[in-house]
Amino acid sequence: MGRYVLARLWQGLLVVLGVTLTVFVVTRLVGNPVDLMLPLSASAEQRAAFAQQIGLDQPLPVQFARFLGDLATLDFGQSLWQRRPAAEVVFERLPNTALLVAAGLGAALVLAVPLGIIAATRPDGPVDRVIVGAGLLGLSMPQFWVGLILIYVFAVQLKWLPTSGSATWWHLVLPAVTLGLAPLARLTMLTRSAVIDELNKPYVKTARAKGMPRRRVLGVHTLRNVAIGVLTLAGWELILALSGYTVVVETVFAWPGIGLTAIQAIQRGDLFLVQAIVFVIAGIIVIINIALDLLFKAIDPRIDVR
Amino acid sequence: MARGAHFFDELVRDKAAMLGLIGIVTVVAVAIFAPLIAPYDPAAQDVLARLKPPAWAARGSVEHLLGTDHLGRDVLSRLIYGSRITLMIASAVALFAGALGVTIGLVSGYLGGRADSLLMRLVDIQVSFPGILLILLIVSVVGPGVTTLVVVLAITNWMIYARVVRAIVLQSRQSAYVEAAEVVGCGPVRVIWRHILPNLVAPLLTLAILEFTNIVLAEAAVSFLGLGVQPPATSWGLDVASGRDYVFIAWWLVTFPGLCIVFTVLSINLFAGWLRVTGDPQERDKRFARGVARRRPGTRAARAARAAEGAKP
Amino acid sequence: MSAPLLAIDHLEVVFDTRGGAVEAVRGVSLAVARGETLGLVGESGCGKSVTAQAVMGLIDPPGRILAGDIRWEGRSLTRDPKGWARLRGSEIAMVFQDPMTSLNPLMSVGDQIVETLRYHKRLGRSAARRRAAELFGQVGIGAPERRLDQLPHEFSGGMRQRVMIAMALACEPKLLIADEPTTALDVTVQAQIVDLLNELQAELGLAIILITHDLGVAAGLCRDVAVMYAGRIVEMGPIDTLFAAPAHPYSQGLLRSTPTLTASERRLVAIPGAPPRLIGPPTGCAFLARCPIGDEACRRLPPLAPTGAGGRAACFKAGRDAWADAREAAAN
Repeated sequence: MGRYVLARLWQGLLVVLGVTLTVFVVTRLVGNPVDLMLPLSASAEQRAAFAQQIGLDQPLPVQFARFLGDLATLDFGQSLWQRRPAAEVVFERLPNTALLVAAGLGAALVLAVPLGIIAATRPDGPVDRVIVGAGLLGLSMPQFWVGLILIYVFAVQLKWLPTSGSATWWHLVLPAVTLGLAPLARLTMLTRSAVIDELNKPYVKTARAKGMPRRRVLGVHTLRNVAIGVLTLAGWELILALSGYTVVVETVFAWPGIGLTAIQAIQRGDLFLVQAIVFVIAGIIVIINIALDLLFKAIDPRIDVR
Repeated sequence: MARGAHFFDELVRDKAAMLGLIGIVTVVAVAIFAPLIAPYDPAAQDVLARLKPPAWAARGSVEHLLGTDHLGRDVLSRLIYGSRITLMIASAVALFAGALGVTIGLVSGYLGGRADSLLMRLVDIQVSFPGILLILLIVSVVGPGVTTLVVVLAITNWMIYARVVRAIVLQSRQSAYVEAAEVVGCGPVRVIWRHILPNLVAPLLTLAILEFTNIVLAEAAVSFLGLGVQPPATSWGLDVASGRDYVFIAWWLVTFPGLCIVFTVLSINLFAGWLRVTGDPQERDKRFARGVARRRPGTRAARAARAAEGAKP
Repeated sequence: MSAPLLAIDHLEVVFDTRGGAVEAVRGVSLAVARGETLGLVGESGCGKSVTAQAVMGLIDPPGRILAGDIRWEGRSLTRDPKGWARLRGSEIAMVFQDPMTSLNPLMSVGDQIVETLRYHKRLGRSAARRRAAELFGQVGIGAPERRLDQLPHEFSGGMRQRVMIAMALACEPKLLIADEPTTALDVTVQAQIVDLLNELQAELGLAIILITHDLGVAAGLCRDVAVMYAGRIVEMGPIDTLFAAPAHPYSQGLLRSTPTLTASERRLVAIPGAPPRLIGPPTGCAFLARCPIGDEACRRLPPLAPTGAGGRAACFKAGRDAWADAREAAAN
């Protein structure tokens, strides 16, 4: 078990290293941080001073080594826009994003599993067709558009819910629905097809031959075997949400999480803050991946502990 | 060709897939013939006709069927031209990402060993990258634009092709005819070209079509965030973004471009879902069986047997 | 005379496929009395497994029971779905071919037995567990208490089949249907499983329907046998009669291709040709295309008629040595 976790951590480290290298190459070699971060009006002296301050005058390997060292100590530099350490800004905004993601994906998962099972019990029946149709529609809609339409209907026309911000729990509803809709659609479709496949397996026939009622065959025998597939996708949705969907949804609803912060930092040329966000998210993704692997091991003891 | 005719028969019978295909053809036709169809120049501003609602609304007029935006540009014309950039970007990305992924998948699957594990590790790592955030970072450094967008989307979307191709190559390498070809001394290039590539065509086509929807949605999202297609060019995502500030007074500015995206993506999804099933003989049989089960309630005994399943208290 | 335990009456089962309706079972009638052991023998695809699944009420779309009746102690099951559901797992139990995939891989084998007992016998958790341990002892699984908590993948193939049998016997069924219970196992393990079934049959007085393609296995366990070909029974009777004097050319061919102790010196010969497609099968004798002695008369359907030797066969030329010429040709 320990070796397994270690192997996964090593892979995670590679991911973080890969992200580091990409960010380094993109920011230091493709672009010029000085041009990006200082206003056009900055004088030549100011530019030189800033370049020295962030170490651009050093040779590239030295720069990369310092870059790595700073990351290891979670020192992402000062946010020029917020005028405080970038890490501080990220960790201040992170809980908001976590709340949004937990609400949106949690609801999606809780709804998707029963919907998928209902659809799978009568494939191609009327209920199944409605669920599959709605699912296809759900994953065909761009999130930013869904968000704006929801704002128009529920905030502007019906005035049931607030348009944007994060003052009350009511503010969470529309962003969470927007974020959860596509994952709900995908998770439902996956649950459906996984259950259909599972129901064709011999052990299901055994359970039925034992006289087990359909409820129990579905709810106990099939569900546990479907769980890994569904949770894999749920984990993947979590990663997708953190690595991008929240940017869109938080922008639409002005939800003060790290996605919105990322866009604002990009618009302001606050490179260090953008970097900090990318690294923190990459780190979280690595942790999620390891956690998922351990969870699968708990569900299915046959999974090989390499 | 008999096989083609047979496929078409099945397609006609599946209403959803047929609608999908019609939708795809419509979008492609609109993109190709945009200058002939569009009533106005999509960039032509008209300060006197700003924020006109669609023709059927209270203040609307038939001059602007879907209304005008805050600069007096004709919404319908913008949508028609918007289809061009969407399809262009998505096709280019599918092509480049596909080419990159197929090459890496072929090399990885064919060479095996060290090269394979190295390349697949690369795939694993890149799959775990925070995708859209990296796109945003790169775009913010390099500067937004269509070329940047295509390049960046291509380098963040090639992995799935590599995985699929590698799996198929591994499978077909074990098959007798490839082994035979190698034994009689066919070189790797010839083996790949003659014996392995033909097996890749159908699954890759299906995959590319499915991936197309992801790219359309990604392009729209990035353009919506202001980091993709830049004005004066038009894109559905960009139009939604510029309509966003007017959502309180001009619902049509946000609604119609979004519907165009939904229409395109949904059409592709409907068709691609059918295509995937049709490419797989087992799935095809299952589909047929379910169709029969649905159409015919069954004999009394079969019905009773089914009812017995759920009947027990 | 009271009604037999199980009576199958002119059963017809079809499967609707893209290529057409596959007529898997085409009018099978048979009866099993209490404590009787019947072997249902034939090549794969002859409809023997489908017949068994029909008895269990486990025919799923695209399959359906087209006609015929299945009666349990005289009561029609096809007309009484609720009653049928109650029988399944309690009075009629089934053991499947592949013990590797027929157990739920993520549920401990103990729980899989316990759930049956709790459901049918309304036993409490601890009582059910005690009974499960007892069953494990009965089917020859050592250290039952420990093994009950293990998952299927921790058992060998033969042991898994013992688990399957223990599970089937949990509620003391009157009829056990064993569908190729030894096919997926090693030869030595096969013999152990056959022995176990024999012991249990004698001890519990169960009726057993053994479905197998292997006449040898049937001979080890069954008193009677029914030979199926292309969805129909072509010969049935006491197994000793069948071995001594097979009446149907197909049974004769089957015997020629089965290694037995008494005939070990004879060369084994496969029956040439393949069974007919069951989409629009021939209306007459289905074996005609492969039969060395068939003629025009066989284009009509031969009835399943008494042979005089104690069995019944569906052949106009029943009892003739169909393969004599073939043997001679091989000898020269």
